[in-house]
Amino acid sequence: MKTVINKWKLPAVMLGPFLILIFLFFFVPVILTGILAFTNMDSAMNWEFNRLLNFEKLFSDPDISLILRNTLLYVLFTLCINVFFGLTLALLTTYFMKKEQFSLLFRTIWMLPRMTPPVIYALLWIWFFDPSEYGLLNGIRSLFGLPPVNIIGTEPMLIIILANGVIGASFGMIIFSSAIKSIPEDLFYAANIDGAPHWSIIKDIIMPAIRWPFMFVTLWQLLSLLTSYEYILLITNGGPLNESEVLALYSYHKAFQSFEFGYGAAISLVLVVIALVCTLILWKLFKVKDMIGPSRID
Amino acid sequence: METAGKSVPTIPGNTFLYQLKRKLPYIISYGILAVTTLPVIFMYLWLIIQSFASNMKYGLIPEGFSLENWEFLWTNIVYKGAELPSIWTATWNSLFFAGMLTVLEVLIGVMAGYALSRLTFPGREQILKITMILHAFPSIALLIATFYILNFMSLYDSLFGVVLVKTALQIPMTTWIIKGFFDDVSWDLEWAGLIDGCSRIKVWFRIVLPQVKPGIASVSIFSFLSGWSEFLLLYTFIVSNENVTLASFLQRLTSDPNMVNYGVLSAISLFYLIPVLVFFIFTQKSLMKANVGGVKKV
Repeated sequence: MKTVINKWKLPAVMLGPFLILIFLFFFVPVILTGILAFTNMDSAMNWEFNRLLNFEKLFSDPDISLILRNTLLYVLFTLCINVFFGLTLALLTTYFMKKEQFSLLFRTIWMLPRMTPPVIYALLWIWFFDPSEYGLLNGIRSLFGLPPVNIIGTEPMLIIILANGVIGASFGMIIFSSAIKSIPEDLFYAANIDGAPHWSIIKDIIMPAIRWPFMFVTLWQLLSLLTSYEYILLITNGGPLNESEVLALYSYHKAFQSFEFGYGAAISLVLVVIALVCTLILWKLFKVKDMIGPSRID
Repeated sequence: METAGKSVPTIPGNTFLYQLKRKLPYIISYGILAVTTLPVIFMYLWLIIQSFASNMKYGLIPEGFSLENWEFLWTNIVYKGAELPSIWTATWNSLFFAGMLTVLEVLIGVMAGYALSRLTFPGREQILKITMILHAFPSIALLIATFYILNFMSLYDSLFGVVLVKTALQIPMTTWIIKGFFDDVSWDLEWAGLIDGCSRIKVWFRIVLPQVKPGIASVSIFSFLSGWSEFLLLYTFIVSNENVTLASFLQRLTSDPNMVNYGVLSAISLFYLIPVLVFFIFTQKSLMKANVGGVKKV
């Protein structure tokens, strides 16, 4: 009995805090979200179950079609920018740029938005498109004698897609760059000697090598885009009049602005279920068995 | 490109057009990079220029140098008729939040990472699987339930409570990265220590831990920066003025469209950005590596 305790003591102590945190802030919240979704809890924090009422409300919500449309547009277009622009950046900085310092400089610049605190990053975009001529866009327009435009007001979706796209592009850029760099140099030499054009080098050497990273980035970004709303909250806060509201942000607004915790949780639950399916697909596709090798001391 | 001269054979490599054709892809790629990178550079350039300028023309051209934008460092800003807390309160809170997060995250991550990398115990594989799945799980969808839990533990509106939440959200990724560092340490080192009569804990502390110091350093920097930049959790779970952090401080000033004063905003942003820039310049390479391990931002 004593040896059993001794054998378990070390792992238990080492893993204890980790497991407690995960239990408290992952498992309990997942279950709690599942339960809260069937109550009409508000700021009074009373537990009152109302069966499927929240979901019925969700389907008959007058704003829901606009929000779903926004979510679809946001996820689809941002994903495209993330993946294709990220790929372009990676190709340009690793394949076309021969000078390592230059490509490092460009990659560093593109990493800046990712490292910048979200509040500052949002401010930069707000300034860029400021409706007065203090903003860069309207400043340049006034140089040519054009009247100022209020793009954040008229095309809020465009701004949030661009802002999120730039952040996500750097993620794709890093992963694709390291994938391209791991291709053996000999392949490029051989292709050059054979006089292969750039296009065919990209198509036949680079693309096959980054097939898996490509899929990984796509799925990963899909997952994060579905549930992320930090930059939208900061730049447009869903406005004007829900025009840039997405589902995840709607859930947040319902919970923390109108204090309908139950309804908010119901919307979250929908997202959590979608996210879980995505995670499982990710997990199935990118299962890395050998990372879980057994311990070799016993 | 046949010339009029009869006996001089033209080598294709020498003609201007051929050179141009060969260089064209490079010219185009540098062009694309320059054009797309320019707005990003402008944004950060503006931040610096605006904060020291008394007035701006065309968005980016300063008219006169002044330090009045930096007055927030010694006088409190009056906003909506009420005085905002001192910037130093916010700075200390941000430092406390980021520091506390780093300590907790590294401590728990190192312990759990070692256990998962080196110890044998039942349930190890399951925990590893869960860690990987949580790594991709969109925790942001669980904010409502997290709010309930914090409220229940009376940790709502407490910086420490938010530190716990943030630690929990990041710990799967951190542990995974640290586990990777431990995996690279040779088993012989550990065996040698055990044969010399050290206990398992002593071996861990004296022999294995020094081996992963660089890894721990980069994880620390990374978690400090993410704590320093955190916005959404603090914005949601902190209400009182004495617990305000730099992110919420700046957000409060940005969010009101009626009194946007870009001079002050850019000065505060620059002040808030200093640690990020310092870390970024000095640790750019190790950060890039840690990023490949996976970042959950979009």
